[in-house]
Amino acid sequence: MLKIENMTKRFGGLTAVNNVSAEFEQGKISAIIGPNGAGKTTFFNLVAGTHKPTSGRILFKGTDITNLSADQIARLGVARTFQTTHLFEQASVFDNLIVGHRLRTRSGFWDVVFNSRRLREEERACREKAEEVLEFVGLSHIAHRMIADISQEERKRVAFALAMATEPSIVLLDEPAGGVNPEETVGLAELIKKMVKHGLTVCLIEHKMDMIMNLADTIMVLDHGEKIAEGTPAEIRSNPKVIEAYLGSEHAAA
Amino acid sequence: MNLFFQQILNGLTLGSVYGLVALGLTLVYGILHVPNFSHGALYMVGAYASLTLMTSLGLNYWVAMLGAGVVVAILSVLSERLVFHPLRDAPPIHDKIAAIGILLFLEAGIQALYGADFVRLPSPFTGVVEFAGLTMSSQRLLIVVGAFVLMVALHLFLKKTTTGSTIIAMAQNREGAFLMGIDANKVSMMTFAIAGALAAVAATLYAPINLVYPAMGHLVIMKAFVIIVLGGMGSIPGAIIGGMIIGFAESFGAFYISTNYQDILSFALLVVILSIRPEGLFTKGVR
Amino acid sequence: MKFLLGKGGALLCLVLAILFPLVASNEYHIYLMSLAFIWVIATAGLNLITGYTGQLNLAHAGFVAIGAYTLGLLTVDYGFNFWLAFLLSGLVSGLIGLLVGIVSLRLKEHYFAIFTLCVGFIIWQLLEKWEGLTHGVHGVIGIPGPGAIGPLSFESGLAQYYLVLALMVLALWLMHRVVTSLLGRTFIAIRNSEELAEALGINLMRNKILAFVLSTVMAGFAGGLYAGSVRFLDPNLSSVTHTFDMITYALVGGLGTLFGPVIGTLIVTWVSQYLQFLQDYRMIVFGPLLVLLVIFFPRGIMGHMQQRLAQRAAQQAEAARRGSANAAQEAETNA
Repeated sequence: MLKIENMTKRFGGLTAVNNVSAEFEQGKISAIIGPNGAGKTTFFNLVAGTHKPTSGRILFKGTDITNLSADQIARLGVARTFQTTHLFEQASVFDNLIVGHRLRTRSGFWDVVFNSRRLREEERACREKAEEVLEFVGLSHIAHRMIADISQEERKRVAFALAMATEPSIVLLDEPAGGVNPEETVGLAELIKKMVKHGLTVCLIEHKMDMIMNLADTIMVLDHGEKIAEGTPAEIRSNPKVIEAYLGSEHAAA
Repeated sequence: MNLFFQQILNGLTLGSVYGLVALGLTLVYGILHVPNFSHGALYMVGAYASLTLMTSLGLNYWVAMLGAGVVVAILSVLSERLVFHPLRDAPPIHDKIAAIGILLFLEAGIQALYGADFVRLPSPFTGVVEFAGLTMSSQRLLIVVGAFVLMVALHLFLKKTTTGSTIIAMAQNREGAFLMGIDANKVSMMTFAIAGALAAVAATLYAPINLVYPAMGHLVIMKAFVIIVLGGMGSIPGAIIGGMIIGFAESFGAFYISTNYQDILSFALLVVILSIRPEGLFTKGVR
Repeated sequence: MKFLLGKGGALLCLVLAILFPLVASNEYHIYLMSLAFIWVIATAGLNLITGYTGQLNLAHAGFVAIGAYTLGLLTVDYGFNFWLAFLLSGLVSGLIGLLVGIVSLRLKEHYFAIFTLCVGFIIWQLLEKWEGLTHGVHGVIGIPGPGAIGPLSFESGLAQYYLVLALMVLALWLMHRVVTSLLGRTFIAIRNSEELAEALGINLMRNKILAFVLSTVMAGFAGGLYAGSVRFLDPNLSSVTHTFDMITYALVGGLGTLFGPVIGTLIVTWVSQYLQFLQDYRMIVFGPLLVLLVIFFPRGIMGHMQQRLAQRAAQQAEAARRGSANAAQEAETNA
């Protein structure tokens, strides 16, 4: 579904991502792990279109999306969440989700002025979609609560729901369990499995090893912008290079 | 030939003044991450402070300049503590509006105290200097030399002292700096103080060959903005080089194109450059 | 409370506005209120790009001036019919807004604010120095008032008051349609987080330009009305001071709310009116006021009330849910 060929990103003198190639299969859960600063979020940014690669190609469902803008890529079916959820604090959970379906609508200024039928139908569709995704992540009961008043785990679920409202084919989750306790982490992992069962492909960045090992079908390990290992959880667990990368960085921090 | 040289000197003069103001602005941008619209008012207050110290207290030019630097540094730190610090987590638009509020207050305050008339700032350097067959106004020479000295001093301070390097560290990577245990408050206040002092000195240097009036900060600050946008926000070399570019563009533009539209020149330049390169001229990467 | 903040309040305000001339002390006050309404329209435009879409446009007064000068110059120098010139005042402003927007909205947020500050300055300088076109510092005098449309004549101050009121209501209605629709939600999403909006498939440039052009069209029409009411113009109309005024109005009333511009403009202009003796010291008060507002009361009057309302609604929904959950539990235990 998603194929990355020799992707490199340089910011001035710093090479954040160096000649990384990867393939993400449909219906699978892929994880990207690595020590801090390994280039994981930059990797997502490149795929999702926030940054343009310095060299290399990105193919999504066979289409070259390397130089497309982030909104174009989203419309093609790549959804993403962010490490810090950017939700609209002063609005309700439900309100936040309505705009998630906007990209599938076509109403413009004149539709609004004349309150066209297209606008009314599309607004209804957005609301229905919001209800649907809210139900899916199990948060219908807090539909009317302000974002400012919900817990971190609930925020993460809302972020998932928002990504799903865009009707994507693949979802890139950046630290979906960040700041969430172990019990809640299990819940989120279940939700991710549910998303895949629903037909989505998932790629996530995470630091929580237990979650990754139990969840992922394949794992890719990045260190200093380079891919140092790739394989099943069992293979990665026993890969000496991976252990070195993590232990090495621990030594450096100590 | 002499005329051409005059234009060069003029360009250097303008570039120095704009550069000093832009330097302060860019340093503060590194901390605030928002353009400080009140910086022009600080510049203006600096000139009035010097004026008052010279005329009411009879102090000499240099002492007055020093005094003005201190006064504006304090004012600048006050604005940081009372206004920008409380707003550090607010959306950036609030910082901008607050800066505008400070600007309005300072201008109106000065106008109430001193009136809106144009005033002259006396300076001991009214004569000309002759060198190798070229004549140059002493004040202009002073401006260029003074600015150069200040920039070198600032450069040494930033690179060679611990406080200086913490300022750079914070400007480049705020989160990283926090993790290293840098006292953000101290650094912010220090930066604002330096920026304020630079603006006051620039104003005191430039005022004798210009005029002092409440709105004198407007043009200068807008040009300083153009400079840091072109030179890269938060970039110190950018502020200095950008200052020179604008200074020369204005000097030669005014002479060879038109004095009537002289002021529009820098902005027209900004419009053209940003249309072609929205990131500015000297940005090193992602900001 | 909810009624007051919604349609009910709007209707009440409309009735009050219609009845105002009856209780006004003199013609001058009616004239002042018309002027205030004109600034409401302009501020509503600013609110759209700054309050709802999050882009601080410091050239807004410049666009008001463009609209005003379009009407003024077309009628005085070229003998255009008032209403045709009025139509053009909005369109010309919108067109220039489109050009400026295309160039400037690509810029990051801070650059945009600076860029528009410079654009505003350029507009002011052009109005002052391009004497051949704009009459320079002499300004434009003798601008005609709104001409008659069929049997309706707008000679009297009273008629002009109702004309401006009608146009303001139209402008606010249009704003209402936009901000409550999917389009409005798109703008708000951009203000909330451009990064997230893009990830949701929203085309930033297209939407920002739309918001910008709409705001400049409103500014232009406000300018045209201004010219037709005040009957003379000078370049100071484009000065950044007026933009700061409008920012204050929007902030006091509530940035990003529908009625914010209305409340803010009316309160501030009338309070300023009564504090006329402080005219020279206006900014000494306004300056700190802006700072205090932005620190302690950033959501403005309407924003604050809306927040309270939303919190109350959330609490009620929560209570209702718990109530029905409790009822269900009780039914179970009783069964």
